[in-house]
Amino acid sequence: MATATIPVEREHYLNTDYGIRSWLLATDHKRIALLYLVTITLFFFLGGFFALLIRLELLTPAGDLVLADTYNKLFTMHGQVMIFFFLIPSIPAVLGNFLVPMMVGARDLAFPRINLLSWYLLVAAGMLMLHCIFTGGVDSGWTFYTPFSTAFSNTKVIEAGLAIFIAGFSSILTGLNFVVTIHRMRAPGLTWSRLPLFIWAHYATSIIQLLGTPVLAITLLLVVFERAFHLGIFDPTRGGDPLLFQHLFWFYSHPAVYIMILPAMGVVAEIIPCFSRKRIFGYSAVAMSSIAIAVFGFLVWAHHMFVAGISLYSAMIFSILSYLVAVPSAIKVFNWTATMYKGSIHFDTPMLYAMGFIGLFTVGGLTGLFLAALGIDVHVTDTYFVIAHFHYIMVGGAVMGYLGGLHFWWPKISGRLYPEWLGKFAALTVFLGFNLTFFPQFILGYLGMPRRYWQYPPEFQVLNVLSTAGSTILAVGYVLPMIYFLWSMRYGKIADANPWGAAGLEWKTSSPPPTENFEEIPEVTWEAYNYDEIPSPEEVPVGR
Amino acid sequence: MFDNFPLWPVPASSGAGNVDALFIFLVLLAGFMSLAIFTMIVMFALKYRYRPGHKAEQIEGSVPLEVTWSAVPLAIFMVIFVWGAILYFRERTPPREADAVYVVAKQWMWKLEHEQGQKEINELHVPVGRDIKLVMTSQDVIHSFYVPAFRIKQDVLPGRYTTVWFHPTRPGVYHLFCAEYCGTAHSGMIGQVVVLEPAQYQAWLAGGITSGSLAASGQSLFQQLGCPTCHRSDVQGRGPNLVGVFGKPVELEDGRTVTADENYIRESILSPNAKIVSGFKPIMPTFQGLVSEDQLTALVAYIKSLSQPSSGAAGPATPAPRI
Amino acid sequence: MADSPLAVAHPEGLHHQFVDVEQQRNAASLGMWVFLGTEVMFFGGMFCAYLIYRYWYYPEFAAGSRSLDIWLGTTNTAVLICSSLTVALGVRAAQMGKRRLLVLLLLLTLVFGLAFLGIKAVEWHDKFVEHHVPGASFSAEDLIQAYPQIHIDPARTQIYFSLYFAMTGLHALHMIIGVGIFCYLTYYSWKGRYTPQYHTPVEIGGLYWHFVDIIWIYLFPLLYLIDRKPLK
Repeated sequence: MATATIPVEREHYLNTDYGIRSWLLATDHKRIALLYLVTITLFFFLGGFFALLIRLELLTPAGDLVLADTYNKLFTMHGQVMIFFFLIPSIPAVLGNFLVPMMVGARDLAFPRINLLSWYLLVAAGMLMLHCIFTGGVDSGWTFYTPFSTAFSNTKVIEAGLAIFIAGFSSILTGLNFVVTIHRMRAPGLTWSRLPLFIWAHYATSIIQLLGTPVLAITLLLVVFERAFHLGIFDPTRGGDPLLFQHLFWFYSHPAVYIMILPAMGVVAEIIPCFSRKRIFGYSAVAMSSIAIAVFGFLVWAHHMFVAGISLYSAMIFSILSYLVAVPSAIKVFNWTATMYKGSIHFDTPMLYAMGFIGLFTVGGLTGLFLAALGIDVHVTDTYFVIAHFHYIMVGGAVMGYLGGLHFWWPKISGRLYPEWLGKFAALTVFLGFNLTFFPQFILGYLGMPRRYWQYPPEFQVLNVLSTAGSTILAVGYVLPMIYFLWSMRYGKIADANPWGAAGLEWKTSSPPPTENFEEIPEVTWEAYNYDEIPSPEEVPVGR
Repeated sequence: MFDNFPLWPVPASSGAGNVDALFIFLVLLAGFMSLAIFTMIVMFALKYRYRPGHKAEQIEGSVPLEVTWSAVPLAIFMVIFVWGAILYFRERTPPREADAVYVVAKQWMWKLEHEQGQKEINELHVPVGRDIKLVMTSQDVIHSFYVPAFRIKQDVLPGRYTTVWFHPTRPGVYHLFCAEYCGTAHSGMIGQVVVLEPAQYQAWLAGGITSGSLAASGQSLFQQLGCPTCHRSDVQGRGPNLVGVFGKPVELEDGRTVTADENYIRESILSPNAKIVSGFKPIMPTFQGLVSEDQLTALVAYIKSLSQPSSGAAGPATPAPRI
Repeated sequence: MADSPLAVAHPEGLHHQFVDVEQQRNAASLGMWVFLGTEVMFFGGMFCAYLIYRYWYYPEFAAGSRSLDIWLGTTNTAVLICSSLTVALGVRAAQMGKRRLLVLLLLLTLVFGLAFLGIKAVEWHDKFVEHHVPGASFSAEDLIQAYPQIHIDPARTQIYFSLYFAMTGLHALHMIIGVGIFCYLTYYSWKGRYTPQYHTPVEIGGLYWHFVDIIWIYLFPLLYLIDRKPLK
């Protein structure tokens, strides 16, 4: 580690070939990861733009910035774009794609062409979504509740449904590639108990993608059929049951939350040991809790439906199961915190994001306890309390994890270092902006402000103004990394193979890695997170 | 009444205080837990920050600790679950003697009708200190009846009745929101619940213009539609006698038993042959498309009134048999 | 990477990311099994809807089921079972390296597959003529008159036919994809690409085909055989 590789003229995955063709027909998982990175960044800023418009509209109680219909389209498309075109592909398709083969010591994913296909599917879906957005948009809510979506909305529900259907297959194929790669392509000596927790998290995520996404696919397809061909499976005027739609929808869409958060937990489980210079506390507990979350995650979907008209007793069963899924999440939080105990902690940008993640995820998780409590859920469901709760999980959790991971592996991806002080500044900005945006929404929710409201009673204004103010700070925090990442690609300091002194196979190859990842497939003889054997970067003679 | 910057919703029903109590408990618990974790993170971060020459101490993990921090949260969670479930059970089981108000939701308004026949739009007047049960249905999409001050919410679905109940304890004017997204004017589908002192409520009742009670209009509809030809009140006709049926278990032709609640009456009018009462033939025609949601409510209210102690006066007038 | 040591001794058909042929075959077959798992969930959503509505609206489902042509349905089932046989024999032929036999069996599979789709099209056409396609022109009058002894709600009958078209339609879509895959396999078999050492595509293509057949084996009784007893 000490001797930094000489960066000049070395062939790596970025300079083996040039030209647009070499990217659009790339089968190298690292190049596909970058294709994903560009794609989802575009969608992230599109979704963020919608979010800012929503927040600006809510600055005043009256509906004065956009029309009611426009507002309904904005929150619908904000949800659809952010969930299906940013959050679900974010960590798995970018960081996972880049790192899973390297972490298991393989030269590529099992099916590189299917990997490329899944990117094309996401692009095709994205094009369809953009077409839907620019030709009028859709106002069904990202949840597509019937019969509104099937019989009453006169917007582009079919396009949006098909776009998400196609994006779903992109997600399925990514998951399939990961499962097969993790099962069949581990380097010699890399047993399951030596796998990085990032891999465990992605394995659990892939299982959810494989078993949950097809149910959403068929459900949305039936909605599309109902609009296009007048099939009547969810139509109450024909004896169809709108609650059946909700059951099928949430059967995927609740586990989908874990598709978003589990990979972020995987990222955090890599960052914290590295910057604490310690083995992770309770490796097997953290690994198994990922699997437990994936399994229990499939059994709690109806907790979104406590006031929807399900029976008293099924509500109780789903409530108690929801508490069971909270246990593995709690285990993770305790283990991460315990990992810092008696460590030697460095405050680099990725660590700031990881610590922010633990804090925000804790708040998000604890407020989940409120929502799983039946008597409270009746009051706060479909209010801003829910909005705040899931943004704490998905933005405070998943996006913090994604940004932390991006900073952590950026030297590996680009071969360059980003400006550290700007990174820290951005991390702090995101943390403050996020809390200012979403914490007031908990109070709004308990006060009773319903979600998806274009105008609202004036007594809610102060809290809404705070939230809008926070969202502008948050926006700055998100734009900054994009700028300095781009800047660093050209002007950043050259990174050596392992600038953080991190464990893991991906750090044993050069930065950026060669196309085949490793000069020679490594043989693993050590346990994961063997930080006792790796000196931290400060303790080695500076060679860069 | 509404300040400019409230931090706590007014509790105005008997259930609100209970919900608030659990909420406060959870806020304290969550506050304590997050504070504990934040403190640990900050403490560790400061105490064990990197110093040259100082090495991290490798710790594998600890099974007793893992078991503790799995079992203790689980035990706490179970307490919360039971507490929340008890509240929910109360919220979902209306008292038998509750006064019924019938609610029909449509894009984008609430139509409410009292048993006494008062009709209201986007406004509900109720007396303080009575149990009020809402029997709700929707004409189009899913809506949700939400009164934050009562801490109650219930989705309103097309094609069936859902119910919710509350016991107002504090006179005042409270928000009524639609909480399930229902299209363009979702945020305009709001109204108010006016809780009055009993005397004021009586005055309000007297001041309203009504065309007779809901049950009475149901009764005249019952006559118009020719229902009494089969559903006679004196003897069993070709259809079951409906006096005293409501709220009782009914034995069906296929051996099952159902309770004759609002949803069963509704289904029996719209899809009469879905659940035939034991001993009768499936001869009743459907009234799907012939009666509106409002008329359906009136019919349900009427059939319900036949089972109330004072139903003697409103008993169905069976037409004299034609000769 | 020409200078990498991986380039040496590279068996034919081995992709660069795998260490050896064995690993590649294992990966491909695991991949197909996992994919079939997702397919089970895909159809599972519809089976779930089917079960619920069949429980609620049994008379309408039984009447709708009677209106399907049981002989065409049975023939189609037989056709698919035959095609599964030819697929299985084809995989065997590929393992033994019998190129001409493999091509012949794949072609036969294609014929059976297309025959199935043809018969299915005839059945759909019949439903169209009978106004049993859900939508504005839907009518259950003929069923109501045919079975006066049971009460049939036209709206609920429409739910049965909605599910019928959704389920058989998506099954047919899978058949069409299967036909595409088998055209590809036939072409490359004819070209002689598959050898006893390398025939993974035939194996996993066959897996897919068997899976689509099995879906039909479930659809047939669920849709055609709900209640075929003579009515009293």
